[in-house]
Amino acid sequence: MLDDFIVRALLAGMGIALIAGPLGCFVVWRRMAYFGDSLAHSALLGIALGLLTGISGNLGTVIVCSAFAVILLWLQHARILATDTLLGIMAHAALSIGMVTLSFIDNQRFDLHSYLFGDILTVQIVDLVWIFGGGVIVLVLLFKYWASLTLMTLHEDLARAEGVKTFWVNLMLVLLMTIVVAVSIRIVGILLITAMLAIPAATARQWVRSPEAMAILAALLGLLAVFGGIYGSAYLDTPTGPSIVTAATLLFAVLFPISAVLKRNNRVR
Amino acid sequence: MKPTTPLISAQHVTVVRDGRSVLKDVSVDIGDRDFLTIIGPNGAGKSMLLKCLMGFFSPEQGTVVPRKDLRIGYVPQRLVADPTIPITVRRFLHLRKKIKAGAFASVISETEIENSLDRPLAVLSGGELQRVLLARALLDEPQLLVLDEPAQNLDITGQLSFYKLLAKVYNERPVSVLMVSHDLHLVMSSTKNVLCLSGEVCCYGEPNSVAQNPAFISLFGEDMAQMLASYQHHGHTHSHSHSHEPTTDVKAHPHA
Repeated sequence: MLDDFIVRALLAGMGIALIAGPLGCFVVWRRMAYFGDSLAHSALLGIALGLLTGISGNLGTVIVCSAFAVILLWLQHARILATDTLLGIMAHAALSIGMVTLSFIDNQRFDLHSYLFGDILTVQIVDLVWIFGGGVIVLVLLFKYWASLTLMTLHEDLARAEGVKTFWVNLMLVLLMTIVVAVSIRIVGILLITAMLAIPAATARQWVRSPEAMAILAALLGLLAVFGGIYGSAYLDTPTGPSIVTAATLLFAVLFPISAVLKRNNRVR
Repeated sequence: MKPTTPLISAQHVTVVRDGRSVLKDVSVDIGDRDFLTIIGPNGAGKSMLLKCLMGFFSPEQGTVVPRKDLRIGYVPQRLVADPTIPITVRRFLHLRKKIKAGAFASVISETEIENSLDRPLAVLSGGELQRVLLARALLDEPQLLVLDEPAQNLDITGQLSFYKLLAKVYNERPVSVLMVSHDLHLVMSSTKNVLCLSGEVCCYGEPNSVAQNPAFISLFGEDMAQMLASYQHHGHTHSHSHSHEPTTDVKAHPHA
């Protein structure tokens, strides 16, 4: 049954939706969307180096994205430039160096399009292992540090005063994002990973009253979007990542106005 | 553990930022039942000193030694509750907290936030938020409350009621208070000691002695000094009962 590419793609998408939902909440709360985007751009360099050196693309992505994240945190800490300028420089530098590196590789074997926008046909069993292995790590750590992360998001010094090692927890959050980026590329594609993080969480926001409920609802909405997108992609022969993001956007476009109307009639939330 | 050990003892603390000494040779001890208010002009390093005392970072020179197992309750200047984060006051108060049975209800009634508990954090007024932050700080039954300009963003009514609540908390609990405040005239009747900071300790002592100190007058002007002196005179009978416990010891070093 796992030979069926649709089943593999659905399982992969499911795994991605389940981790992107909770992590996406922090992307929305902490305004990390641009950061996520930059991280994803740097993934192309990771893939290129992975292919060039013969280690797996997934591993290459994790290594390069992590290095990217650590360098960025360090530069941010040094306050040399504003964060969005830093991101603008580093994201596009990584993307460009990645493209230059790729040009040294035999172009016949490499389908750039599938990396940029995802392709359900490319999902192998080894990718599922990466997604669910990485997913378990992400969810366990998020669960363990959920309260600390939420408190830090509300007020970093308050968390610090209460004993949270904010530097390390920040670093952990960033590294968890690199895992999500690395495992999402096959399905969603480099250019659209941020959408998977931000759209379900943003859609969930208006319907919940607790951080935990937002995480769970975001994961469920992500599942819906992934299922809708993958079926659409398979039967209409549309690119996978864009199909998933279109489905997520439809959910947002339908649910957001409804919540706005409900909120106006009933000023509870 | 000897009961005489200070809650926090800072000795000769120097903090350097961007090549400049933000704090210079500051020594201060905070003892049990102390109420120490730190005042000083903008950029005097007041918040820096608080963060250094709480152990956020190590000073470039000097030492900060907290008492073993010290529990600190921290009240920040303000919490900008982002409406993108859905969280009620109740959930916020429980984040990361192991609260003893009964403690929650008593802290809630002490800080008078019963009516805010199930409202989203983002819709609270400034005064309500500061009371919620104070409640959160009290939930662990801290030995030391650290407040960083807790009434800075409140209107005058809010300031008065917040400081009144703080005085009540201090009088009814076995707690010490360490606070940065510009509103010295409002905390005059509560505070036991005043530390006047401008990079280095420029003067330290009970409020009325500080008010007469030439260093204080040169920093804040005659008007402020006279206002403090009159406040202190007014509240003298109240403050007398706890004005002779030398729990705090500061050595001011004029120049490095």
